[in-house]
Amino acid sequence: MSNADTRVVVAMSGGVDSSVAAALLVEQGYDVVGMMMRLWSDESFGGAAYNRCCTPDQMNDARRIADKLGIPFYVLDTKEVFRDTIVEFFIDQHRDGVTPNPCMECNRHIRFTWLLNHALALDADYLATGHYVRRQQDADGRIRIRKGVDDHKDQSYVLSVLTQQQLRHALFPVGDYAKSDVRQIAERFGLPTASKKDSQDLCFLGNGNYRDFLIKHAPDTMIPGPIVLKNGEVIGEHNGLVNYTIGQRKGLGIAYSESLYVIAMNPYRNALVVGTQADLGSSVLTARRVNWVAGAAPASVFRAEVKIRYKAAPMPALVETLDSERMRVTFDKPLRDITPGQGAVVYDDDVCLGGGIIEKQAI
Amino acid sequence: MPARRNVYLDHSASTPVDARVVETMLPYFSEVYGNPSSMHSQGRRAEQAIEDARESVARVLNCTPEEIIFTSGGSESDNLALRGAAWAKRHTGRHLLSTPIEHSAISRTLEQLTHIMGFAQTLLPVDRDAMINTTDFERALRPDTTVASVMYANNEVGTVQPIAQLAALARANGTLFHTDAVQAAGQLPLDVQALGVDMLSLSAHKFYGPKGVGLLYVRTGVELLPAQTGGSHERSRRAGTHNTPLIVGLAKALELAYVEMAARTTHYRQMRNLLVEGIMQRVPGAQLTGHPIQRIASHASFVFEGIDSSTLLMHLDMKGVAASGGSACKTGNPEPSGVLLAMGYTPQQAIGTLRLTVGLQTTADDVDYAVNAIAASVQKLSQLKREMIL
Repeated sequence: MSNADTRVVVAMSGGVDSSVAAALLVEQGYDVVGMMMRLWSDESFGGAAYNRCCTPDQMNDARRIADKLGIPFYVLDTKEVFRDTIVEFFIDQHRDGVTPNPCMECNRHIRFTWLLNHALALDADYLATGHYVRRQQDADGRIRIRKGVDDHKDQSYVLSVLTQQQLRHALFPVGDYAKSDVRQIAERFGLPTASKKDSQDLCFLGNGNYRDFLIKHAPDTMIPGPIVLKNGEVIGEHNGLVNYTIGQRKGLGIAYSESLYVIAMNPYRNALVVGTQADLGSSVLTARRVNWVAGAAPASVFRAEVKIRYKAAPMPALVETLDSERMRVTFDKPLRDITPGQGAVVYDDDVCLGGGIIEKQAI
Repeated sequence: MPARRNVYLDHSASTPVDARVVETMLPYFSEVYGNPSSMHSQGRRAEQAIEDARESVARVLNCTPEEIIFTSGGSESDNLALRGAAWAKRHTGRHLLSTPIEHSAISRTLEQLTHIMGFAQTLLPVDRDAMINTTDFERALRPDTTVASVMYANNEVGTVQPIAQLAALARANGTLFHTDAVQAAGQLPLDVQALGVDMLSLSAHKFYGPKGVGLLYVRTGVELLPAQTGGSHERSRRAGTHNTPLIVGLAKALELAYVEMAARTTHYRQMRNLLVEGIMQRVPGAQLTGHPIQRIASHASFVFEGIDSSTLLMHLDMKGVAASGGSACKTGNPEPSGVLLAMGYTPQQAIGTLRLTVGLQTTADDVDYAVNAIAASVQKLSQLKREMIL
């Protein structure tokens, strides 16, 4: 099948990465269609509270870029499914005392399920995104996810959720380039070269912040409760579990003989568990909902490198599969900020093997 | 899958400019370029073209040339009529009467008049076919009702209102009657004496004329507060240098539309009927919206329950079929069509609208291709709603 007979839907954001992805595909002669998802955003905090991923400006930018590239461009109403899956998940996870990574879930359920299905329904063969990862097809047909060439921009962490079935229909045209190359390509095509500002805020908070959002949607996470030691002894009061992070020392407001750190949350008792530096950090985590990109783990026990946050460095560890959907990771050195709800993503050098969601650890 | 072709079925949105119209317009760009208000020969030639255009239009509308105001299009005409007449009559009364199915050029103007400018409004109910009831209209007329505005033919569902009856009732009440005839033009009589209307809006690009030009008929004796003040153009009711080529184009297009009306509407009706039959046979659950008979000849509109218009239009666009939907929007934030809600459809239905409007170039093969494309797309989207493909 020639490229001209191959339809590729590009998820466009108006930013440089997805624009260049589209431009490269057009240059390669594919039948390219641009799409943007209109995602849900909390409008209750006033103003025209657009989702940060699809503001009117971004829509106009993407539409203009699609015009320049001579490809059709459509905006799809994705609000309902996004709210029902991603936003509800986010709220539920906070209720459960864990800190979720909604972007991973969005890739899993929205971008590479909902949007991919809409692309396939439009007779597309592929869905392309502007992610910095490389898709490599082995001789046996199996598809691997490799880190993007630009290590600083690598986004394999948030794509570790993808399956072979999804990857068969996925393309990542900018993964082979460094960010500086991508800017140059953008200039060559006469496209805007500005990146979306990296923001710590979640896309769907509207004009509110994280805290306002949770006060409104999960008020129970804001209920004061006891601060306890591991042995259950109550030594103070917290102002809502969601206001704390694992490893936090400052702002606990407790006088104690030693420095105290947040070591866990217990949403069932609404208790914040603190301990000394010696209690902090762990070498072991377990993860659930594990996805192995290849379809199965490379072995039941193997050495690998594991990232516990998007921006964390990969750390050497021993990985053991517990069952098809769980794994245990034992790091060579203890880590201080293993956070339930975040992804634990497993690498063999630059190959992303897969990952799971860090479970709450028994104390 | 038949070979892809481009089928334009969105003539209610706009039409191509007729080659004869383009030809008529051409001298007025670079040959006769004078300002029609100037006294020199260049100006006089332009002025003559405009006054000839005005007379030509007046013949179609069966009015005097002085009763025609050239504008930038349907929206401006609607604005000028409604706001202009409401303000001019504000000392007589402040009640306005209209319908919930008007084009936004009327409904948003009404909103401004009532929310900001202190007027009161009554919006008449419409029935399942978008028809208003003359008895309702008569009852809603109050002593202080100064202006009533009811569209001649609806843009979303094509329903044609009994304008002559409504205008007569309004006149008996001393109420000025305006009709937005933008969709009706070229397909229904525009004789303002027979219709009995006091004001009527038209837009040239709906009848194979150029975009950016329209007109407002204003019966002699009806006062308007101008929206755009300045020079004494258009008898001081609409300031601004005349756009000679566009005005000449409008007049030519309107003349052709009415000389050829019988043949055109016969063709439209044939193509439209084919389309409706095809859709009703081939698409399960399709419902024709609007009045089955009292509708403009070129117009077919449907709801496909549970199908989001914008997604359907995307699929059709990818297959080369240009259509539109009442609730379709380019920003992924579809709102249910207000017209369909007023007609009693559910929000779920009112989000799944499709409007197909045929034109002079539409062929039976086009219709056949479009019906196939629509049937296939609706089937695919219904399937996608039930189950993910992957």
